[in-house]
Amino acid sequence: MPMLTAKFLEDFQSVFFTGENWKYLANGFKITIQVTFFAFLIGLVFGIILAVIRVAHKDLKPSWRNPSGFLLNLLNKIANIYITVIRGTPTTIQLLIMFNVILISLDNLPLVAILTFGLNSAAYMAEIFRSGIQAVSKGEKEAARSLGLNYLQSMRHVVLPQAFRNCLPAFGNEVITLFKETSISGFIGLIDLTRGANILVSNTFKAAPPYFAAAMIYLIVVYGLEHLFNFIEKRYLHA
Amino acid sequence: MLKVNKLYKDFGDLKVLKNVNLEIKSGEKVVVVGPSGSGKSTLLRCLNLLEQPTSGEIFFEDQEITKPKIDLNLIREQMGMVFQQFNLFSNLNVLDNLILAPLKRDKLKKQEAEERAYNLLNRIDLADKANAYPRQLSGGQQQRIAIIRAMMMDPKVLLFDEPTSALDPEMVGEVLDLMTELAESGMTMIVVSHEMGFAKQVANRIMFMDEGQIVEESYNPADFFENPKEIRTQQFLSKVL
Repeated sequence: MPMLTAKFLEDFQSVFFTGENWKYLANGFKITIQVTFFAFLIGLVFGIILAVIRVAHKDLKPSWRNPSGFLLNLLNKIANIYITVIRGTPTTIQLLIMFNVILISLDNLPLVAILTFGLNSAAYMAEIFRSGIQAVSKGEKEAARSLGLNYLQSMRHVVLPQAFRNCLPAFGNEVITLFKETSISGFIGLIDLTRGANILVSNTFKAAPPYFAAAMIYLIVVYGLEHLFNFIEKRYLHA
Repeated sequence: MLKVNKLYKDFGDLKVLKNVNLEIKSGEKVVVVGPSGSGKSTLLRCLNLLEQPTSGEIFFEDQEITKPKIDLNLIREQMGMVFQQFNLFSNLNVLDNLILAPLKRDKLKKQEAEERAYNLLNRIDLADKANAYPRQLSGGQQQRIAIIRAMMMDPKVLLFDEPTSALDPEMVGEVLDLMTELAESGMTMIVVSHEMGFAKQVANRIMFMDEGQIVEESYNPADFFENPKEIRTQQFLSKVL
């Protein structure tokens, strides 16, 4: 056992501190964080919009006959199809389709990844927000309407703030999933943390150090995210 | 002020309101009693259109509010509602609960709204709770704040949907006292309630509902409780009194 450890440490040193090998992981990590962060923003905004469309459709039961009702019905249909398709197909396939078909003329790999993961995460976040919105007490919604607030005002000031609190735990999970899911970015040639580790393995013919190092980095970030969300949850509950 | 013509409300196959007609004048205090499931709450919720009537007309100050294309929010502003479960906004503190609607409906400026809020809070001796959140308050305190929240919009009528049914017995008094005070100040009130004492003391008119209809109505509450005319009223009162 001590011999194995010594061997691992030696390999570790030779893999990372030969030339600028460590930069593969450092730069990859930067890409992974970048893609996760911007994808998260897209998922958040787009997810809320999808959730509000679906909930508004359910609450208001609009008629196809008037223009605003027609629009809401149409948007709801689109949102439903979107969520079904995104949740029903593998993210890897979505990434490949975005890269090779839909965004073929876009020559910016990180952006392709950001858009793919963002639009993917939106579908999941929409479902999380929807359940969070629906968990808000019906009585409080009615109280808001009874005071003359319109539907969007009651959403904005009463329902959504409570919905956020309701879905914080599930939301934290989704962010962690998103972060780890970006590890398939290598499929389109984007050198993220996983792909960076992979390149190191090919270059040095030593598999353990790069993979373990990459795994360790993912783990540390996830651990940090878990604590961050626990912290936010506690603060929110005391507010 | 309020007029209801041939109001019907179905929930699927269930006919909850069957041809309800009534007229309420400004300043009246109407108490609606009746067994559970008789349609009292549904009637109240139809008045500010939290429930859409199946058919029939409702007039508020000579304006038909059951017509399509009416600005419901403008109507609801003028009809306050107090719920059985208080329904304070749990994400907002007491002060924000009070000023949210007047601000968002452009009824008052922020300073005016806060002033009005503190005036009302002082009236119910809860000014020290302005920054508390609803869950930190007792049921009686929450309900009194719900009542002044409705008052913030300066409504022309207040609808009470069993305002004391969810309260612990020792808190019923403080809520009824506030309601009595409001009644004495001339507020038009429609109250669905099982509080017979309140009905006797405050109501100028009492209605008994059963199976979706107004079965009996009296402008003399004391007499109503002592000499109910309809058999169904007698049966009901013999059970609750």
